[in-house]
Amino acid sequence: MNDIVISARNLTKHYHLGGGLGGAGQIVRAVDGVSLDIHERETFALVGESGCGKTTLGRIMLRLQEPSGGEINYRGQELTTLDEKGMRALRKKLQVVFQDPYASLNPRMRIEQILAEPLRAHGYGSAAEIRERCAALLEMVGLRRQYLRSYPHQFSGGQRQRIGIARALANNPDFVVCDESVSALDVSIQAQVLNLLRDLQDELKLTYFFITHDLSVVRQFADRVGVMFLGRLVEVGTTEEIFSAPKHPYTMFLISAVPRADPHQRSRERPILKGEIPSPMDMPNGCRFHTRCPFAQDICRTEDPEPQTQGTRTVACHFPLEA
Amino acid sequence: MTEKTDNVLSVRDLRTEFRGDRGHVRVLEDISFDVGRGKIVGLVGESGSGKSMTALSLMGLVPKPRGQVTATRMDLDGTDLTRLSQDGLRQLRGRDISMVFQEPMTSLNPVRKVWEQVGEPLAVHQGMKRRAIRARVLEMFEMVGIPDPKARLDAYPHQLSGGLRQRAMIAMGLICEPKLLIADEPTTALDVTTQAQILRLMLDLRDRVGTSIIMITHDLGIIAEMCDEVNVMYAGQIVEQANVFDLFERPSHPYTRGLLASIPKATEKRLSRRMPSIPGMVPNLAKLPGGCRFRPRCGDAMPICMQKDPGLADLGNGHGARCWLHLPHDAHPQGETA
Repeated sequence: MNDIVISARNLTKHYHLGGGLGGAGQIVRAVDGVSLDIHERETFALVGESGCGKTTLGRIMLRLQEPSGGEINYRGQELTTLDEKGMRALRKKLQVVFQDPYASLNPRMRIEQILAEPLRAHGYGSAAEIRERCAALLEMVGLRRQYLRSYPHQFSGGQRQRIGIARALANNPDFVVCDESVSALDVSIQAQVLNLLRDLQDELKLTYFFITHDLSVVRQFADRVGVMFLGRLVEVGTTEEIFSAPKHPYTMFLISAVPRADPHQRSRERPILKGEIPSPMDMPNGCRFHTRCPFAQDICRTEDPEPQTQGTRTVACHFPLEA
Repeated sequence: MTEKTDNVLSVRDLRTEFRGDRGHVRVLEDISFDVGRGKIVGLVGESGSGKSMTALSLMGLVPKPRGQVTATRMDLDGTDLTRLSQDGLRQLRGRDISMVFQEPMTSLNPVRKVWEQVGEPLAVHQGMKRRAIRARVLEMFEMVGIPDPKARLDAYPHQLSGGLRQRAMIAMGLICEPKLLIADEPTTALDVTTQAQILRLMLDLRDRVGTSIIMITHDLGIIAEMCDEVNVMYAGQIVEQANVFDLFERPSHPYTRGLLASIPKATEKRLSRRMPSIPGMVPNLAKLPGGCRFRPRCGDAMPICMQKDPGLADLGNGHGARCWLHLPHDAHPQGETA
């Protein structure tokens, strides 16, 4: 578990808004200095609320979008300086499964065409070999090969997500970004797809970067967790560390906000985060969580806390919570 | 008019069907439940189970003539909903029953100021004047915890965050002090910390104002946090109903048990690498299996399950489960309700 598959150093993605005609415009700091290492065959979950930059981080890690700054190292190779040709060769190894199984499959293509496209793009082999590979992919995700001739609308949401997974796995990837890949599914189907992802991980030695807002899924599925808030990773640790003893106040509030499926545990005493997420266009000074943090002191209003690492744990907070 | 009881809403044998070119589809069948005064009653199920359709049927919003709603009883605090005309139903909506939807952005008009929309039920049902409406909306904004409420009155929907928009929708739902508020996935589009705020607000409002609430959700966590009574729906039927403690302590329908097992829990350590799941998928309502609708996915299925649709078995204390496991097999109490 110790070999690093992909490692990000000080990644940033800034968007410039407005401006033009001499106006200054505004800068949205969607990803604002993220460093992290993803280990071989682990499931690393990236959690955070909408607008925190988790999807953008996933995309720039694969260079589906260009980062504004920072470095991404994939198995010893620096991705940010790679030209298009070099990047294309690596694409096989770096794949994505998207959230919406209804929007991510072309409705006018048969399943076979959908699965064959990435194979052809990377020169997989003869037509017969491609055909056989498509059938094998379908079976690998638990669908019958007869479905090769079907269209996406003939499938349920769970089945479509299986097809999306099959497509991502077509060229034997190594590192797969799952962006809210089970969020649109009903719970009974969600569990089926998570089990499939897990089986495929074991079988194909995959490393997952699992982006989600759903903390319950994270606890049951991830090995390590990174918590993102307004473009920053505020805490990283093993799943058990994060859930049993969160150190960043934001992590604690996030976990506490999840409704619990046990009426005996209902409590109105549980701490609830007040207020609203600040706008990423108008970032507060100091720690960006201080406007909502009940533990904030003077230093939090002026000084942005640097991430501190101890063992498996990284926290960016002036006053981390004690266990 | 019937006499007033402890129940704000009482529904018996509600059935909704749609007639189309390809035959007709029964989307709801044998729906019977009560909503006690000041209680929060959950309708929980996966997509297509009929939970939103139940709400639309109650509100008289099922499109006619394709959609047909029948019931032996649909009583809202003494008013027989089955006998109301379209006009009578229009009077009722927003005044006696109101609804909060999942997506506050699509249920608000983007080009009208928020206060005019939130106050509209007052103009429609009570003929109030603008100045009075504005004052009442301000009171409601304060009640639902909208910060800086005065400044928010003249905002347009896009100027509010998702959480504030949902607070405004709740304010609109409660502005005529309805007997029943139906909340259809009110927090599904919101972030988890905002969701916690909105759920807490709804509980507080129930305690302060005594509103009775039907909570429609796919999230058993929300059910456990919020509800007094629960109805679990599957393929257009209520398959289990119970008070919330009985449901979570003694789930009695195999579907409920499967659902409870397959929800990932944020509070529990991971025990195994695989999660329990329910095999198969929700049936197409136009092609329902014979007998019990859950049978094709059920690990406990018996021969009788293929032959006859079970009625709701009475397990005592208002707990019912639509399952042959709890019914005598030779006598088949079809249509029996708990």
